Amino acid sequence: MADFKLEPNEKLDVREIMKDLDKYEPRRRGWTWRKHVDNLEMGPFQYKDCSEPLKNGVGLPPAKYFGNIDPQPDPVITTEIASGRFEDDIRRMRMAAWHGADHIMVIRHMGQSHIDGLMEGTPQGIGGVPITRKQVRAQRKALDIIEDEVGRPINYHSYVSGVAGPDVAVMFAEEGINGAHQDPQYNVLYRDINCVRSFVDACESKKILAWADILQIDGAHNANATAREAWKVMPELIVQHAINALFSEKVGIKPENISLSTVPPTATPAPSVYMDLPYAVALRDICDRYKMRAQQNTKYICSSAREATVTHVLNMLISKLTRADIQSTITPDEGRNVPWHIYNIEACDNAKQTLLGLDGLMEMVELKEDGPLRDKAREIKERACLFMEEILEVGGYFQAVQEGFFVDSAEYPERNGDGIARQIEGGVGYGYIFEREDDYMAPVTAHFGYNNVEQYGGDSADPAALIGGCTFEDRDKIVYIDELDEEDCVDLRFEKVKKYLDGEAIKPEMEWCADGTIMITMCIPTHVRAAEATALEIGKKLGLEDPEVISKEVLQEAEGTRIEMKGKVAFDVDPNNLEIPPEPHHLDDDTLYKEFSDHPMKVVCGTVGEDEHSVGLREIINIKHGGIEKWGIKVEYLGTSVPVEKLVDAAVELNADAILASTIISHDNVHYKNMKRINELAIEKGIRDKVIIAAGGTQVVPEEARNTGIDEGFGRDSHGIDVATFLAEEAMRRRGDL
Amino acid sequence: MKRQDDFAQRRKHIADLSDQELYDRFWELTAQVVDPLLELGRKNTTPSVERAVLLRMGISSLDTQKIVEGCMDRGLMGHGAGHVVYKVSKEKGVSIREAGEMLAKGEGWDEAAALFKKGGK
Repeated sequence: MADFKLEPNEKLDVREIMKDLDKYEPRRRGWTWRKHVDNLEMGPFQYKDCSEPLKNGVGLPPAKYFGNIDPQPDPVITTEIASGRFEDDIRRMRMAAWHGADHIMVIRHMGQSHIDGLMEGTPQGIGGVPITRKQVRAQRKALDIIEDEVGRPINYHSYVSGVAGPDVAVMFAEEGINGAHQDPQYNVLYRDINCVRSFVDACESKKILAWADILQIDGAHNANATAREAWKVMPELIVQHAINALFSEKVGIKPENISLSTVPPTATPAPSVYMDLPYAVALRDICDRYKMRAQQNTKYICSSAREATVTHVLNMLISKLTRADIQSTITPDEGRNVPWHIYNIEACDNAKQTLLGLDGLMEMVELKEDGPLRDKAREIKERACLFMEEILEVGGYFQAVQEGFFVDSAEYPERNGDGIARQIEGGVGYGYIFEREDDYMAPVTAHFGYNNVEQYGGDSADPAALIGGCTFEDRDKIVYIDELDEEDCVDLRFEKVKKYLDGEAIKPEMEWCADGTIMITMCIPTHVRAAEATALEIGKKLGLEDPEVISKEVLQEAEGTRIEMKGKVAFDVDPNNLEIPPEPHHLDDDTLYKEFSDHPMKVVCGTVGEDEHSVGLREIINIKHGGIEKWGIKVEYLGTSVPVEKLVDAAVELNADAILASTIISHDNVHYKNMKRINELAIEKGIRDKVIIAAGGTQVVPEEARNTGIDEGFGRDSHGIDVATFLAEEAMRRRGDL
Repeated sequence: MKRQDDFAQRRKHIADLSDQELYDRFWELTAQVVDPLLELGRKNTTPSVERAVLLRMGISSLDTQKIVEGCMDRGLMGHGAGHVVYKVSKEKGVSIREAGEMLAKGEGWDEAAALFKKGGK
């Protein structure tokens, strides 16, 4: 259904996505897992726990040493993207997909859970994105195009909760959403929505999710994020997971579409793996029928992106040692601001890197069958079992909620009396529960509970037949609403950033098109409070708007502070006035190997003049550093402080094909004088026609070098490949092959 | 409620269960916790459940809440908001969508209420 194709080197114009959205139809329903490949061969390696590779992607930085391979681990990788402007999030989704994300989760706008009914249009959000049909369609449509580009289905995900859960579930089913959070306990505990209402609504929502084959993720991990001492809620976490999972299964969701959102409860400096691993084992023992979506611990996340990353990696070690079907990622900047583009990408790379690094681990190690791991796991399971017993003893779930059973900070059965208590007769939506009469009827598909369609001659297996099919059978019945607010909509936002979307101006960007945000990392050599003030002063002097310190880490109380500061640049850059140097021209390995095998080349080289620098030239020639020897060039290295005469004489003596001179010292233009002298000597000795002459050094400008009469000069940042390419092409030219 | 950790006491009756027995017991208890919750869902409805029914019947999200409020005002929720729209469409010989639009505008409610009185229970 993608009506346009993306080119990897072209930006995705979201304005194109917005066209004809009223006619858009999702291409599929339901969740997609990655396809495991046994013993996947990629580059020089074999992988045990990897899946089908992408058609297009960005590999880890060192992939360049291994033919740019980009293996994809087995677990689905999640990233959460919701900056408040869905249109800008679409470009971030594309970047994330290229880095390996295939589960893209959109956080809802703050307050949406208390809105009665669907939101429509494209208003800007706070703390998330207002989830509307138009926004969902635009993002699903964009992901259709992006998944074609990367060559792997992308699961799109948002939330079915709040007082309009069933409404949202219907819209998600109609619009091809693939995953959703749904857990009535979340409504009850954290949104204070009446508990009876939450569960009645959840029955309907879950029935709809089941029809649409949507993967469901629960909300139990929030107990971890809320409790004072998170590791003590382990028994309760298992109880919450189990209640939602079994409840969902009984409504009709198949177990493989029920995923537990599980977080290792603690974080360093606690001995976190020692504490978290038994919990992970206990949970997977008890909930073995269900999928595991492993999330990073965010309870203790601070503003250090480095620290957050290490926690993420430790958490993924637990995923690997136990089981994770979906590996979620938390952006390492979550502790300091609404996540930025670059950190979504970092998070995806962190997951990919860690899981690849641990590939095949479980073929070599196993968890001990006895000792503290199993003892502690058993204890956690028993505590969870006793928790469930006591829920029944006090009269069931609602009574337990009312008595503050949940999110108590003590480890069950110890109680601190600080749990979240909600009244059975209270909360948002209380008083809006209606008993169904004998003639209650709803002529639609995927409706839960009593439904007397027989009174009209209907079929209980197909209630919607009474009206000739509902929207689930006949998409034409869906009412598409475009915009409700002309002031707060995407078209106006597009207008404001038109020149950037059109490529006429460029500004840096962290969240939104042309937000201008940049980050500066500094070591300020003073105590933390002065360092912060100093940083802000630096920001002002640099002309940054709204400079703000977002992270401070003490290096030593008096000696220094590591500061990260954000701010906005006030100016645009005109892409038409940029001076972009031409890309270096390199021949590929195969061409170079063939050239120097078919036409062997011998090179004499040295650092000329009174000059003891040797590192630069060694990097150019030495095979260990990717130097020219790699492609079969024979090198005669004469050392440092070589007189130019000696270099030329050696070329004569050895019948060399080329001379390479390194000239680092440049005062009084001695480097160019030496090049000129080499050229003259080669002419004098009658070898100039035969021998190629090149020189290099940090102060060498290629054009100036050529002006001395030699064939080529190499400046700063030149590498063996540059020299080898030149030598090959110059030799070809002289033979008349080029 | 505040309570000391009495795990050692409390666990006595499950201490000797095998892992499989503990697993079975845990899920049996969970079923006892969730079964009444499912029963509530079978027997009851809510404004959001009914809005979700109306949406699937092809009624605009801008109208669903209005229809549900009309039903609540007239004590019709127990019959189902979708049912009300269905019955009005049959009675008037108009489409479901037209019936929904009419009710959302506040029209035809007296007749709708009457239809359900006549129909008994």
